[in-house]
Amino acid sequence: MSTALLVSFAMTVAMASTPILLASLGELVAEKAGVLNLGVEGMMLIGAVTGFAAAALTGSAYLGLLAAMLGGLLTSLIFAALTLGLSANQVATGLALTIFGVGASALIGAPFVGRTIERLGPLLPQALAGHPVLRVLFGYDLLVYLALGLTAVVAWWLRYTRPGLVLRAVGESDTSAHAIGYPVLAVRTGAVAFGGVLAGLAGAYFSLELTPMWADRLTAGRGWIALALVVFASWRPARLLAGAYLFGAVMTFELHAKAAGFALLPPEILAMLPYLATILVLTLISVRPGRVSTAAPACLGKAFSPA
Amino acid sequence: MLYATPFLAVALTAAAGTIVFGLMGYDGPRAVRDIFVAPLAHPDRWPELLVKAGPLALIATGLSVGFRANVWNIGAEGQYIAGAIAGTGVALATWGLSGAWILPAMCLAGMLGGMAWAAVPAFLRTRFGVSEILTSLMLTYVAVQLLFLLVRGPWKDPEGFNFPQTRMFTPDQTLPAISEGSLIHLGIPIALLVACIAWLLLARTVAGYEVKVVGLAPAAARHGGFSERRTIWLTLLGAGGLAGLAGIFEAAGPFGQLTPQFPGGYGYTAIIVAFLGRLHPVGIILAALVLAVTHVGGELAQTGVGLPQAATGMFQAMLLFFLLATDVLIRFRPVLARPARARAAA
Repeated sequence: MSTALLVSFAMTVAMASTPILLASLGELVAEKAGVLNLGVEGMMLIGAVTGFAAAALTGSAYLGLLAAMLGGLLTSLIFAALTLGLSANQVATGLALTIFGVGASALIGAPFVGRTIERLGPLLPQALAGHPVLRVLFGYDLLVYLALGLTAVVAWWLRYTRPGLVLRAVGESDTSAHAIGYPVLAVRTGAVAFGGVLAGLAGAYFSLELTPMWADRLTAGRGWIALALVVFASWRPARLLAGAYLFGAVMTFELHAKAAGFALLPPEILAMLPYLATILVLTLISVRPGRVSTAAPACLGKAFSPA
Repeated sequence: MLYATPFLAVALTAAAGTIVFGLMGYDGPRAVRDIFVAPLAHPDRWPELLVKAGPLALIATGLSVGFRANVWNIGAEGQYIAGAIAGTGVALATWGLSGAWILPAMCLAGMLGGMAWAAVPAFLRTRFGVSEILTSLMLTYVAVQLLFLLVRGPWKDPEGFNFPQTRMFTPDQTLPAISEGSLIHLGIPIALLVACIAWLLLARTVAGYEVKVVGLAPAAARHGGFSERRTIWLTLLGAGGLAGLAGIFEAAGPFGQLTPQFPGGYGYTAIIVAFLGRLHPVGIILAALVLAVTHVGGELAQTGVGLPQAATGMFQAMLLFFLLATDVLIRFRPVLARPARARAAA
């Protein structure tokens, strides 16, 4: 394999992994607080479309990122209002959120189909990333670095800070946390909102960098893979990072195989691979009994109403 | 309240739809009228409503039994496609043959196909404890790709000018219309009948009781010796079988072949139907009609006020949002403020 090909492969892996990492990191924080938000795919789609629309209207991909964060945030607040405010069933509400995101994003995006925008592009000046090997380190856009940095920050924050401990307490035992006097619903709302912002960014990564355009269902189920990744990582940020890059590699393999006209497997089989791999991986980590069930936050998915 | 909130949710959705579509620059009141009222006002549209409601009711009936037992099968769309694929396999294998046995064989294959697709999450959940939510959904994406693979490859119509679609089914492989020239095919009355049978099974059998207890009080169910494992298998296979049946009904009914356009989202919409119908078969038939109205109405609004097709999906999701939101009225008795505001908004 030539250096150029290796560099291109490595960079594609990093870029394919970034949206999954962002979305699953947000979901991890929400789940650590005890909230199961199945609407990741919907929030990503809203982020993708609001980001693209803002970038197309203002000409700035960075304003697009801001809009995507706002879009993801607002969408997640619908979820928070229903599940935390009105203690609605989290599974059903999350599904509704995804169905809503698919419809609403297509509705908002309809006037923007076929428009082009200036993509995010590399963050650092060209000089730093001139050499192909340096490009692997310095040649990315803002979000690749942001995703990596945030993963480290979240890992540290959850583990070593007091607010992080409170968040985990809320997720492990809502009644105890409430009895001590922590605002359970406020903490959970904050966690859901954080998840919404990151899902919005993850969606925007598709429309502003990976495939700089808008098409219906642009994120193609990556939100669900992000959800699976949180389980795969046993709710640990470091493992999330490894898992996201693993999935990124699988998807890049699919892409490169397609481009090379890989004759052994038809493209449809290659397109199945990420989903089959997800099922396989979820099964493999569950083989040892008790592993997943002990790793999951104890109050995951349960409604809590202070009274 | 249990049966009042679905109506409240419909009213709130109409109100919110008027505002949202208005804000987006469409004629809001007209759009909502097109979506909710117009299909009912045109008697020539009624058969179309039934054709859309049939598969929704069939799939939602299966899903509702699982939801009652806290088994979250959200991959009905995949089971629906798998059923259509399995049934079409029989149709293509019996190409050139004739006989009254072909159509029942196709339907049986459809059910088995849907059950096979649902058996994977059931096995993984009972054997390894893998969440059926994620696996059932992942398999939907796999089913879609499998459909593409088949219609573009081995199942492509040899006389189809290279279009990615199967042969048209023969008359012996097509569901007959209930009367000459009617849109309504035999699958629709069967779907309604199946929903009623499912209600009988749930309300009058021990297995139905078990499903309900496992969902409502898992600890009591374990104490009573009810097997959670059996419930998971039963509900997933049942839901998969009904979704598969709906799939082959759709393929052997309105479509008459398989094409890449076959997956139309019935499996997702059926989730909304199940909840709006209160997980009760009679409610589900009514809810399926309501969702069918919004579907046909969405097409009317497309030509009427230029609302994109996708608006229907958003509208349907809003319906579920408002239903889940008003459910709070079932669990809590509000004092003064909240119901007054809710009524004013409606």
